[in-house]
Amino acid sequence: MSRITIAQSGGRPAAWQRLPPALRSSVLGVVTPLALLGLWQAACAAHVAPPYILPSPAAVAERFQMELTGGTFWLDVSSSLSRMLEGFVLGSAGGLAFGLLLGLSRLGERLCGPVFLAYRQVALFAWVPLLSMWFGGGEAGKVAFVALSSFAPTVVNTWRATRAIPAPLRELAAVLTFGRLDYIRLIALPGALPGIVIGLRSALIYAWLATVGAELFLDIAPGIGGRLNEGRDKFEVDLMLVALAVLAVIGLAFSQRAACG
Amino acid sequence: MSRTGRRRIATWTGGLTVGLLVPAVLLGVWSAVAAKGWLPDQLLPAPAAVWQALLENAASGDLLSNTLISLQRVGEGFAFGAVAGLGFGALLGLSMTLRALLDPCFLLLAQVPPLAWIPLLILVLGIDEGMKVTVIAWASFVPVVLNMAQGIRDVPAPLRELGRVLTFDPWYTLTRIVLPAAVPSIFTGLREGLANAWQTMVAAELFASSEGLGYLIAYGRQLFQLDLVLAMVVVLGVVGLLVNGVLALAEQRLLRWQALAP
Repeated sequence: MSRITIAQSGGRPAAWQRLPPALRSSVLGVVTPLALLGLWQAACAAHVAPPYILPSPAAVAERFQMELTGGTFWLDVSSSLSRMLEGFVLGSAGGLAFGLLLGLSRLGERLCGPVFLAYRQVALFAWVPLLSMWFGGGEAGKVAFVALSSFAPTVVNTWRATRAIPAPLRELAAVLTFGRLDYIRLIALPGALPGIVIGLRSALIYAWLATVGAELFLDIAPGIGGRLNEGRDKFEVDLMLVALAVLAVIGLAFSQRAACG
Repeated sequence: MSRTGRRRIATWTGGLTVGLLVPAVLLGVWSAVAAKGWLPDQLLPAPAAVWQALLENAASGDLLSNTLISLQRVGEGFAFGAVAGLGFGALLGLSMTLRALLDPCFLLLAQVPPLAWIPLLILVLGIDEGMKVTVIAWASFVPVVLNMAQGIRDVPAPLRELGRVLTFDPWYTLTRIVLPAAVPSIFTGLREGLANAWQTMVAAELFASSEGLGYLIAYGRQLFQLDLVLAMVVVLGVVGLLVNGVLALAEQRLLRWQALAP
C-alpha cells in the first residue's frame, strides 16, 4: 500500500529517488504486468478479437479455478513431473557413468569421444520419431526421450570437469599410490563435483523441455503438454493459457532453485 | 617437415583410427543384426538400406529442397530473433529503469519451453511459415537478450570511466567501448540462439509441416520407413555440424582483436 501512496505523493521525483533501488525496481516490476493485464482487459472489452481467440483475463482465471477444483490439474502436474524425474534419473545416471569413462580414461575418451560428439550434433527432437518406434508412443517412449535429453549435458560437464582436475591433485594421488577406485572416490568425484552439478542442472532444464516436447508429440496422456494439445484440438484458448502459465511457474521454480544452488 | 610435426600427424592419425574403431564395431554389429533378421526392418533397417534411402532422396532432389527449406526457416527465424534480441538486450543492459520494468515479465515468458507455444500459435497464426518462423525467432530471441544484457552490464567500470575522461558522447561510448567489450558475451548469446533455432525448427517441422527435414522424419515414421528416419537423422547431424562450424569461424574472425590484446 505504501508504495502506491509514495508514488502518488506531491514531490514525486524526489520521493521516488529517495526510495531504496530494490524497492524502486520491484515497484516498476509490478507496473508492466498490471499494464499488460489492463491492456488485455481493454482489448477484450473492445472486442478486438472474438472471445474464443482472446478470452478475457476473468475467463482464464475462472478456467484455472475450475481446473484446480474440479479438473485433473494436480494429476497433470504430477504426471509431468514424475515423467520428468524418471527420465532425468535414468539419463543423468547413464550420463554420469559415461562422462566419467570419457574423463578418467584416455583410451575411453579416444574410443568413445568421437561417437559421442557426432551424436551430439543431431537435434534432440530428431530422436522423437525413432524412440517412439522403438519404445512406443506411451509412457516408455516419453521417459526414453526425457532420459536421452538429460544424457548429453551430464556427459559433457562430467567429462570436462574430470579432465580439468588440477595436475597437482593427480600427482598427489600418484604419490599416495591410490588405486583407481580410491582416485575416483577421493579425488575425481569431489574435484569434479562443481562441474557435475552444473551438468545436472542443465540436464534438469533439458529434461523439462523434453517432457513438454514428448507430451506434445507422443500419445495423449495426463500431463501439461497433453492439455496444450487438448486445448488446440478443442479450440480452448483459455485452457492453453492456463497450461502455459503453469509451465512458466514450474520453469521459474526450477531456475530459482538452480540459482540458489 | 620437422620431426615434431611428423609425430603430431602420426598421433593425430593414430587418434583418428582409434576414434573410428567404435563406430566401425557398431556398424558391424548393426549390419550383422540386420543381416540375421533378429529385428524387423521397421525397428532396425540395415545400414545399406539407410544409405540407399539417403542416395535416393539425394538423387531425386528431395534432400536438397527440404534441407534448403529447413535452413531458410532457421535463417529467417534466427535473423528476426537475433536482431530483435540484440536491440532488446541492449535496452535492458543500458537502462536500469527499462530493466526493472520489463525484466520480470520477460523472464517469466522465457521460462516456458519455446515449443510449448506451438499449439497456441497454430490457433492464432495457422500452421504456415509464419507460425514456424515466429517460434524459431522467439527461441533464438531469449538467449540473445539474456547474454546481450549481461554482457553490457559486465563491462568493467574502468572502461566506462575512460570514455568519460575522453568525453565520449553516449553513442561513441556505446559503439567504441561497451559493445566491443561485450562481444564475447554477445557471441555466446548468438551461438545459443542459433542452437535453439535449430532445435526448435526440427520440433516445429515434426509437429506441423509438409516440407523440411523434420517433416521427412515424421513422414518416414508414419510410413514405418525407419531407413528414411535414420537417414534424415544423419543429415540433421551433418548440417548441424556445418552450421556450427560457420558460426565458430565468424566468431574467430570477430574476436581476433582479443587474441592480439595482451
